[in-house]
Amino acid sequence: MITVNAMGDICPIPVVKTKKALGELNGSGQIEVLVDNETAVRNVMKMAKSSGAAAEQEKLGDGRYRILITVGEAAVSVAEENRGKADDPSEAAACRTCLGTVVSVGSDRMGDGSDELGHILMKSFLFAVTQLDELPDKMLFYNGGAKLTVEGSECLEDLKTLEEQGVEILTCGTCLDYHGIKDKLAVGGVTNMYSIVEILQSAVNVIRP
Amino acid sequence: MNDGIHLTQFAKHGGCAAKIGPDTLSGVLERLPKFTDPSLLVGFETSDDAAVYQISDDVAVIQTLDFFTPVVDDPYTFGQVAAANALSDVYAMGGEPKIALNIVEFPGELSPDILGEILRGGADKVHEAGAVLVGGHSIQDDVPKYGLSVTGFVHPDKIYKNYGCQAGDVLILTKQLGSGIVNTAVKAQMASPEAEREVIRVMTTLNKKAKETAQKYTVHACTDVTGFGLLGHCSEMASASGARIVIRPKNIAYIQGAKEYARMGLIPGGAYRNRDHVEPFLEAGQVIDEMWLDLLCDPQTSGGLLMAVPESEADSMLRELARAEIGTEVSFVGEVLESGCEKGRMVLEMGEGDR
Repeated sequence: MITVNAMGDICPIPVVKTKKALGELNGSGQIEVLVDNETAVRNVMKMAKSSGAAAEQEKLGDGRYRILITVGEAAVSVAEENRGKADDPSEAAACRTCLGTVVSVGSDRMGDGSDELGHILMKSFLFAVTQLDELPDKMLFYNGGAKLTVEGSECLEDLKTLEEQGVEILTCGTCLDYHGIKDKLAVGGVTNMYSIVEILQSAVNVIRP
Repeated sequence: MNDGIHLTQFAKHGGCAAKIGPDTLSGVLERLPKFTDPSLLVGFETSDDAAVYQISDDVAVIQTLDFFTPVVDDPYTFGQVAAANALSDVYAMGGEPKIALNIVEFPGELSPDILGEILRGGADKVHEAGAVLVGGHSIQDDVPKYGLSVTGFVHPDKIYKNYGCQAGDVLILTKQLGSGIVNTAVKAQMASPEAEREVIRVMTTLNKKAKETAQKYTVHACTDVTGFGLLGHCSEMASASGARIVIRPKNIAYIQGAKEYARMGLIPGGAYRNRDHVEPFLEAGQVIDEMWLDLLCDPQTSGGLLMAVPESEADSMLRELARAEIGTEVSFVGEVLESGCEKGRMVLEMGEGDR
């Protein structure tokens, strides 16, 4: 158990310290965060949940609060226990430490040589993924890859099929913004660099077309 | 020139996030004596942005004061942001800024060069606004603070008030939202360089062009969105107008990264205070993802103009704002569903298939 003492710290320091502690955990374990204001409680709870951990808050009295964050396998049981009582679906935490295969797509083309051929290859690659016996857990799309998950992409049908079958499709938000297509996302959700790093780190296999 | 000095580290709360909470403030203001004068056209009863005092049939004076603690580390940028924010109160009343005075608090141990840069940033914005800057007042204090007192002119018949919106009006916002959250992410060193650049552009942009464009159209009510967040200022407008307003969070433009940072808990404390304040105005039974509430309640520093415009004119106004290259993103926030109600109400509509 890591203890983060953020007493007397004002926003956003408690979140920064929590983020750092989450990084030190190496994917599994517990963190106790001590804070002395409600803003910090709410923000640290959000930081924990956005990184897929389970979190519980407790008022210690004298204006002190304790947030217990559970990451990894221990989080599964806590998350399941919480799922029943959670009134907000975002309360339900997920386990990220047991990822199998992650497909990481950083371009809308596959390979170098001919751009035209690259597009065709990428399209057939994504179709081939739909035909796998064992589907990947997650697929990440960033930089040019972000163009594949938006309206007008030729791969949308395949990606939607994958999503229906439980594959989580995530596109880098910064990349959507950069290409000016953030309003056009047509499949899956938006993610950020911290999640991308954590997903890649916790995957057993990473496939890069 | 900064010598590794981070201006924001002197401040507990930066920019308009440093505002005293609306509930605390109204409790204190209630106890002050009420001043009346037939020439006082706008006072503080309706939580408007400035005082307006009529001096002739054609001219009313707008008087306003705004200052705050550093919201960015760069002194020149801080000066620009603080000045743009103070000048905005005059634009929000439909006026034209004419005279500005500096108000400064600055630590004796910091280099005077830093103060010089802050004042230069402010002076450049006053110049851009077409007003004159004539001195001001400075004192020593541990936490740097900067702002302006601005005097502006407006025709008494053309004052923008924060009330008077009518059923059928469209609500238009002239800047993207999220400056409080993105500034918090910058402080946490978790913001992307693009998000940081965008938030600075949003905060340093004057509401001058937006106001000048809007003046060609009918504006039933106007305010600038600052420390109380979009919902806070909407609730003031709704309550002062007796209006029921629908807001569509997904139609609104946000500074890039703001949604992501909100989910990560990079939220200024003012957002939560604002939320407590606006909750009584929100119609019951709505289930909304917390991220949207955090964005809508995020205290804005030097935010855009929020205007209620008749539906028949809204599209052309939006097009003209786009042509005027005001430097920020304009969005349709929502509509006024009913007016003449006893109480102001707000409905949040998340759109098809959403929560």
